Amino acid sequence: MSHYVTLPDSETAHMYEALMAEPSITMVPVSREGEAIPVAAGLFVAGQNPVVSIQNAGLYEAGDALRGLALGIGLPLVMFIGYRGHNRMGDTADTAAKYLEPFLHMWRVDYFVIESDDDLDRVPIAFERAAKTNQPFAVAIGTEYAKESPSGTESEGE
Amino acid sequence: MITYADACRVLNESRGEAVAVTTMTQTKYWNQISKEPDLDIGIANGMSKASSVALGLALGDPERSVLCLDADGSLLMNFGSLATIAGMAPKNLYHFVFNNGIYSVTGGQPLPTAGVEYAKAAEACGYASTHRFEDVESLDSALPEILRSPGPVLIEIIVKGEPQAEGVDQTWESNAKMPLQLRALRKRLTGNDDWGPGGPFI
Repeated sequence: MSHYVTLPDSETAHMYEALMAEPSITMVPVSREGEAIPVAAGLFVAGQNPVVSIQNAGLYEAGDALRGLALGIGLPLVMFIGYRGHNRMGDTADTAAKYLEPFLHMWRVDYFVIESDDDLDRVPIAFERAAKTNQPFAVAIGTEYAKESPSGTESEGE
Repeated sequence: MITYADACRVLNESRGEAVAVTTMTQTKYWNQISKEPDLDIGIANGMSKASSVALGLALGDPERSVLCLDADGSLLMNFGSLATIAGMAPKNLYHFVFNNGIYSVTGGQPLPTAGVEYAKAAEACGYASTHRFEDVESLDSALPEILRSPGPVLIEIIVKGEPQAEGVDQTWESNAKMPLQLRALRKRLTGNDDWGPGGPFI
């Protein structure tokens, strides 16, 4: 990874903090999630290896960018998606969680869900799949995993 | 007031080997005169996102200038990108905004504004410098020096509106143009022809 294109969210805040401390990675904070995929597309065309990290609610805002500048151009891009509202009981009042997986199915975006450290071996597979298929691949970071991580936060929303 | 044809001609004369990211009516005129098609990207199927793609290119290849030929209606849809670009402060990004006050490709409907001054907006966001031109002679004489100055720079160009009746070209062939252009540009910038087919068009 060369660039981390992100609008921070509660579920991936621990990743943001860890990557901020990594000098080989350039952070590219955006003002709205819809900018993230186009910025990543430009970086990739210039020979870089960006990833995107945004929340599920922001992914919905970014729908047209996902359509045109990821799926439409065949962009091999891993997108970390904060799975706000997700829990293992499958019972959530947060519609941001309720719609995420149907949304990804609708766009035909393959994905993994990270619920614990046991799931982390999915991450390199996501990069392999994106590169092999020339398509975006989502890694959804569950709220409960964020709460369990050492620097995770329990705050809601963006 | 400047015509699209004159503005694109003047920009093309000073372009050198800069990458050019265009959108909407600018793409139509730019494609007629560009002598470096492997360095051109006409953003289609990516509504309003020319400025964000240009930012990614500028950050990814900081030694090469990137020209973004943006539209006022497009920028309004992606207005936060002004703040994002200023935040990242790429010294090689030159952001041209063609201001005609209308949605050209849908027939000329007015923008929902009281008249935005994009150069002032970019200055307030923190661009390194901003300029505004209403005649082609002033643009022509100032442009070489502007393109030698550190970015990000926003250059607002007041253009004569050209409402289009034909709408947007949506064929399999036209929609394949952008993915093919992006691959050609990656090959030109990196020297590697390593991005295979993907997506619905190629």
